[in-house]
Amino acid sequence: MKRTNRLRGPAVAVLAAAALTVAACSSSSSGTGASPSTGSSTGAGGGSGAALTASAPGITATTITIGSHQPLTGPAAPGYSEIAPASNAYFSYVNANGGVDGRKIVYKYLDDGYNPTNTASVVRQLVLQDNVYAIFNGLGTPTHLAVQSFLNAQKVPDVFVASGCDCWDAPSTSPETFGWQLDYIREGKILGQYVAKHFAGKKIAYFYQDDEFGMDGVKGLDYEIPKSMVVSRQSYVATNVNVAPQVAALRASGAQVVISFSIPAFTALLKLTSLKLGFSPTLTVSNVGSDPITLSGLLESFAKQGGSTVNGNALTAGIITDGYTPPLGDTSNGWIALFKKIHDQYDAKAPFDGNVLYGMAAAYTFVEAMLKAGPNPTRADLVSAINNGLPQGPAVAPYAYSATDHDGVTGAYIGMIGNGVLTKEGPVLVTDTSAAGAITSYTGTEPQAPSSGVPAP
Amino acid sequence: MSATGVRTQSTPRILGAALVTAVVVVFLSVKLGTFRDYQIAEIAIEVTAVAGLTVLTGLSGQISLGNGAFMAIGAYTTALLLLHFASWPFYAVLVAAAVVTAAAGAVVGMAAARLRGPYLAGATLLLSVALPSVANAYPGTFGGDQGLNVVFTAPGFLGVNFPLTRWQAWVCSAVALVTLVLLANLSRSRVGRNWRAVRDDEVAAALAGVNVARARVLAFVVSATCAGLAGALLAAVTALVAPGAFTITLSIALLTAAVIGGLGTLAGAVCGSLLIVLVPTYATDVATSHGLSTAVASNIPVAAYGVVLILVMLVFPQGIAGGLRWLLGLAGFSAVRARRPATAPGPAPPAGTAPPAGTAPPAGPPPAGPGPIGSGPASQHDALLARKGDTPESHEKEDPQ
Amino acid sequence: MVEFLQFTLSGISFGMIYAAIALSLVLIWRGTRLLNFAQGGMAMFTTYIALEVIRHTGSYWAGFAVALAAGLVLGAAAELAVIRPTLGKPELNAVIVTIGLLILIEGVAGIMYGGQFRSFPAAFSVVGLKAGSTPLGVSRADVFVAAAVLAAALLLATGFRYTSVGLRMRAAAFNATVARLSGVRVARVITVGWALAGLLGALAGVLVSPSTFVYPNSMDSVFVLGFTAAVIGGLDSPAGAVVGGLLLGVALSYAGGYLGSQGSDLTALVALGILVVVLMFRPDGIFTAGRMRRV
Repeated sequence: MKRTNRLRGPAVAVLAAAALTVAACSSSSSGTGASPSTGSSTGAGGGSGAALTASAPGITATTITIGSHQPLTGPAAPGYSEIAPASNAYFSYVNANGGVDGRKIVYKYLDDGYNPTNTASVVRQLVLQDNVYAIFNGLGTPTHLAVQSFLNAQKVPDVFVASGCDCWDAPSTSPETFGWQLDYIREGKILGQYVAKHFAGKKIAYFYQDDEFGMDGVKGLDYEIPKSMVVSRQSYVATNVNVAPQVAALRASGAQVVISFSIPAFTALLKLTSLKLGFSPTLTVSNVGSDPITLSGLLESFAKQGGSTVNGNALTAGIITDGYTPPLGDTSNGWIALFKKIHDQYDAKAPFDGNVLYGMAAAYTFVEAMLKAGPNPTRADLVSAINNGLPQGPAVAPYAYSATDHDGVTGAYIGMIGNGVLTKEGPVLVTDTSAAGAITSYTGTEPQAPSSGVPAP
Repeated sequence: MSATGVRTQSTPRILGAALVTAVVVVFLSVKLGTFRDYQIAEIAIEVTAVAGLTVLTGLSGQISLGNGAFMAIGAYTTALLLLHFASWPFYAVLVAAAVVTAAAGAVVGMAAARLRGPYLAGATLLLSVALPSVANAYPGTFGGDQGLNVVFTAPGFLGVNFPLTRWQAWVCSAVALVTLVLLANLSRSRVGRNWRAVRDDEVAAALAGVNVARARVLAFVVSATCAGLAGALLAAVTALVAPGAFTITLSIALLTAAVIGGLGTLAGAVCGSLLIVLVPTYATDVATSHGLSTAVASNIPVAAYGVVLILVMLVFPQGIAGGLRWLLGLAGFSAVRARRPATAPGPAPPAGTAPPAGTAPPAGPPPAGPGPIGSGPASQHDALLARKGDTPESHEKEDPQ
Repeated sequence: MVEFLQFTLSGISFGMIYAAIALSLVLIWRGTRLLNFAQGGMAMFTTYIALEVIRHTGSYWAGFAVALAAGLVLGAAAELAVIRPTLGKPELNAVIVTIGLLILIEGVAGIMYGGQFRSFPAAFSVVGLKAGSTPLGVSRADVFVAAAVLAAALLLATGFRYTSVGLRMRAAAFNATVARLSGVRVARVITVGWALAGLLGALAGVLVSPSTFVYPNSMDSVFVLGFTAAVIGGLDSPAGAVVGGLLLGVALSYAGGYLGSQGSDLTALVALGILVVVLMFRPDGIFTAGRMRRV
């Protein structure tokens, strides 16, 4: 009878575990180190030339290290994976032009594949191992929800989350967390009011993604559009590209206007399937899914049909949407010119589309906040800087930031797509997220882009 | 020598090994930082789930791609219980999650009792795809796409300054070790022998008096319970339960860990879990430090991981555990060399007596005959082919390859 | 009633895609008794190749042809490089190897082609056909999809039955040892089988990509449903693959259409339900002959 030794197996495994872990310890990247050291004053950039110190984790005399979680691979990657490199491009520009109070920004964004389990893991790596100063622009609602309580418990600033959920506006329970983009409820209200006013008496239908993006959007729409006008509500899931049943139902309901809270791929599918079913309603789309460049890219192949007279731009013509940053095609706008210049220099491989604009605008806002936080900021300094309000920057409407409100952009303009570009129609409208909150025109002037491209201190 | 072998290790030995491991884990969790504690917890969760799967697939021969769904059931049960019954202590929630998932496992096992091989794989694969969508379909109860939050705190007696991650590491490791010990005992018991008998030849097992259906369902129940426990721990550690966490990738990763670690062996479950938790982390570190464009840098770890899977599988057909045994055998641990793993369907040559199968050049093309997992034309010949890897020499006469 | 027709026709269109994937899985199963998890990934990669060709030459059909050829090459290469060494080893090893291959291909596609959706042209117009003034819910492109897959299935079936290559493949699948003794070069036959499966996968890829857009993970959900279709129809039966695909496509279309706003969430569950029902009565799929060993 052979003497088997069952002890070996687990023991070997444990030893291997120990060895691997020890090896991992020594070879892991440790970010920019958190050991305090006194730095020499560098003088450049605002401030009185005070000595730069390592005033907080992630901050040294020469660098500021921030982290983020982004879907760089996986089904959510197309499109969204452009945002972080664009932010990084803006940070590189700032670094090349004096930095923030003389410090360079190091932006460390890790891939979570849009999976909350991975998000929890990479954010812990960033905070516990790489000692980042703050988490910037974490992307995704379910993904960021997985780390919101962790970041707040660790008192790490969680700024400018890349999601329009209103869950980031909870200053009493999540004081470190701030939203940035126009949230979906506000957007729904703004679009809803426009549709109710301009298409009174017509039949309206909703087509929305079956998650909080779509559902919050519909909530906003319902605040403004009388229920009697809505003849059909169809939802889709991002994993199923066969939207023919939903579009057939929309068509059967006789809808003349379809409001779509969809991501670009599904806006394109909605358009294509409508073509197939001979359905041509007026299309109103959330700004999440209406970037003209992305849509044209998705639809361009269908413009080159053999025997078809469908033109690429014709497929996007007439789409009503909203925007909270200046339209991409408006090259006379200082912000667009600035970001295009930075894009061409630092991020030229990516198309200059809505995602890139988003990334750069958010990065600009972060630099504004850092400058306000002072030359030797602690983590709390950043949070109070934002709580005291931030200048508008490239957003067309002011931010809501205050000690009691952590929402970002508060309004948008309505626009229409024609010839592949978005044109502004009418004034910027601001509102809040409540059912009764009024929608008013914003009368302030939009700030000009700084000539240096870096926010004024 | 029968494929099941005769194990002479006893419960005290297994418990001893578990105790040693527990001490090592506690030591590591204190010595390494809070992030490594979190990784220890992650690894322990994977080990719990993979151990159950390796028993199901390796010992009882039922390939399941649906253990991600059972993890989801365990996780959602935990989240819902903690949400509605916040006063329950965590161990009670764990037990409840295990019970619920066990029940689900019984249902699935019974439905799948007649399925074999790829049909079982396909059914379980679709289960893991379909089940999380229930959360989206009934957002009121299950929180929809945003999921449910889970609050998990360290108990008061540890003091205020005790890091939560260390407590999480301890809890998860404790559950993992208990699971491993129980599974080790189960595998040595009559239940385990019945499983192996059913795996190797159902007809013979039935003739020998084994209740095939019951054995198969029991294997499913055990595997589901392990996955449910893992899911409950995952909920506690990541603090959020959302459908996005339970993708098909999870189920595939579990099977990958089980096979690449060494199918049917608990050491293999540990090795495989280590690999799938630690390797992607490594690769990310390497890629981002070289200044490549994001699209390239973020996909290099993906491609590298794929290459690792392929290479490990080709070089170590018995998995990492098997490969380690072979290496230790080469290094002179005779007790290891003599061991017959014999736990995978179609077992491979015993470690140490033959070089890893990948290097043996086949003179002619290898056979494409069906094995126990396939369902090709069934014949007695197949039963022989199923044993073909056991010792190449002994089977040469029966099956010229 | 019109909706019913529209749901049915669009369901058939998608169902044919699932059938194409199912066919390729059946081919590989019959030849090597393996599940090829990389089938979708290989299809995605050949679609990218087609996209490059179309971009450079401006011709859809050039891209189409190159995609099919690339599928042949990729399938054969995969078999020779990574699958061959796993034959004779535990079956699951090969499955893990195909999973590794899938991950590798998706990673390489990500590296080479970056992170945006790419648009892929359809063969013909996507404007819907009408019967009179009622839209039918299909376009010429959809008709081409169905016709192409059907043609491929028929060619495959006749090839299996009436050519000597087909006979050799069937012999090798039935009993490799005896086939070898009869002079069949089993290894070559296996490679041919994988090559053909690669071609079918490439076909599915170019046919479905107008709807899914091209990105590294585009074929993942198509693969799952194609696998389901193959299981429903029986992994040994090409006819089963087509029937399974059609059944699945049409049923999912009805589910999406008739179950209201929850229908879109529940499509996966509906598919699972169909699978469970089928497997309850025919544990080996609809078209597989029952297994013989019973006690």
